[in-house]
Amino acid sequence: MIEVIAPGPYATVQDLGRPGYGHLGVPHSGAADAPSLRLANRLVGNPEDAAGVELTFGGARLRFVAGAWVAVTGAACPLEVVVRGRTVRQGMRAPFWVAAGGELRAAIPSAGLRTYVAVRGGLDTPVVLGSRSTDSLCGLGPPPLSAGATLTVGPSGGLPPPAVDVAPPAPPPDALRVVAGPRDDWFAPDALAGLCAQPYVVSQDSNRVGVRLSGPRLERAREGELPSEGMVAGAVQVPPDGQPIVFLADHPPTGGYPVIAVLTSACLAAAAQLRPGDRVRFRLDRTVS
Amino acid sequence: METVIRQAGEHALLVETGSLEVSHRLDALLRASRPPGVAEIVPGPETVLVSAPGADLSRLRPLLSRLLDTARVPVAEALAPGTTVTVPVVYDGADLDGVAALTGLSTAEVVERHTGRELVAGWLGFAPGFAYLTGLDPALHVPRLTTPRTSVPAGAVAIAGPYSAVYPSASPGGWRLLGRSPLTVWDVSADPPALLTPGTRVRFEAIAAP
Repeated sequence: MIEVIAPGPYATVQDLGRPGYGHLGVPHSGAADAPSLRLANRLVGNPEDAAGVELTFGGARLRFVAGAWVAVTGAACPLEVVVRGRTVRQGMRAPFWVAAGGELRAAIPSAGLRTYVAVRGGLDTPVVLGSRSTDSLCGLGPPPLSAGATLTVGPSGGLPPPAVDVAPPAPPPDALRVVAGPRDDWFAPDALAGLCAQPYVVSQDSNRVGVRLSGPRLERAREGELPSEGMVAGAVQVPPDGQPIVFLADHPPTGGYPVIAVLTSACLAAAAQLRPGDRVRFRLDRTVS
Repeated sequence: METVIRQAGEHALLVETGSLEVSHRLDALLRASRPPGVAEIVPGPETVLVSAPGADLSRLRPLLSRLLDTARVPVAEALAPGTTVTVPVVYDGADLDGVAALTGLSTAEVVERHTGRELVAGWLGFAPGFAYLTGLDPALHVPRLTTPRTSVPAGAVAIAGPYSAVYPSASPGGWRLLGRSPLTVWDVSADPPALLTPGTRVRFEAIAAP
């Protein structure tokens, strides 16, 4: 069992979400930076879809009642494990052992936003519609972690031993690649070029639903309302104010604002690591059609 | 008719159906024999989004185009996809008098018109299990509240614009409340968790307060 001493600014349990319920109004949810959760799980010998903790801006303290193998990925935080008064520094993207009674402390990341903590055996919290994820949009799954909350760890018998010492860091892309459409024809002819011309700044009110951006206004070519339609993660949706929103894991499954472009899946994880104040560029990917 | 299938990122295609009926038929065809790799099928009023991470979209595209041709052929109502659900309603909603005033009808006439037609669950959105019910009597088309309520209870039966809905769980809401239903329309332990899925035909029925 793991006891949450401090969750940091915002922390939730996440796995790879609940796909297949979009037509019933259920967001996909799951780790915002899914490749990082998958990596953390692989490092401790878990199946990639095991549930772990998604930290936002680090700052968490977790106490392990029983000893466990742990791996931390995503936004790089200074890590310490305190056992019986002794502090040992640990590294990102590498499995390490936390002895019984040990406390894992993740400080604030110097870059990036979301950090993933995987525990060998996975977190065995209640499953709702096939997933343990907290859905911040509609409240499915457990509430965000709070001080005093406890997390059960699943059995690790039968799992392969952790086999990798350390995984190399993946540098963030210099620009977020986007595929045009599906509603680029709702915008002025130069709007896609405009999206890719100047950097946008990540706004304070970004969350697991979406990254809100401010920058050059994207002008529409037509008035009126788009009938509600299905949305995908990575969609760059543009409300009437012309300021784009990049949808992340907890995005609503349908929406009524036109989507000018969609991030490539490789860049979705990078978008989930953007923090308020970051500047971000888009680049049109013409290889997908 | 020109087939428009739009790219929605690397892993999804947005099929333009042009109408809700065609969306529902295409949705039913896709669910009856799901193409390999398709993870999500999300119908909308004029589109169906097909998400297929890992699938080859260049193969999926012609398949969707053929299915769309089939879906465009109208079918007899008896063969239309979807079940019929009767939704019992206690018509004592906080906005019943207001809707009567807005529409120039008596409250009894509002109830009569709300129960007088079969509606169809068009698509879901806003909240899990929240179905936009289409086919509402035009006399009942009223604007949303100017100030939404901070909390509407589960089971509230409401109207706004051309739609009606049954609130699946407690949430904020700006629709006008006509009444409440004891029917559970959202249950995460049920399969499917939503009672009113796209294409479900819905008839409201007035009941006395329990």
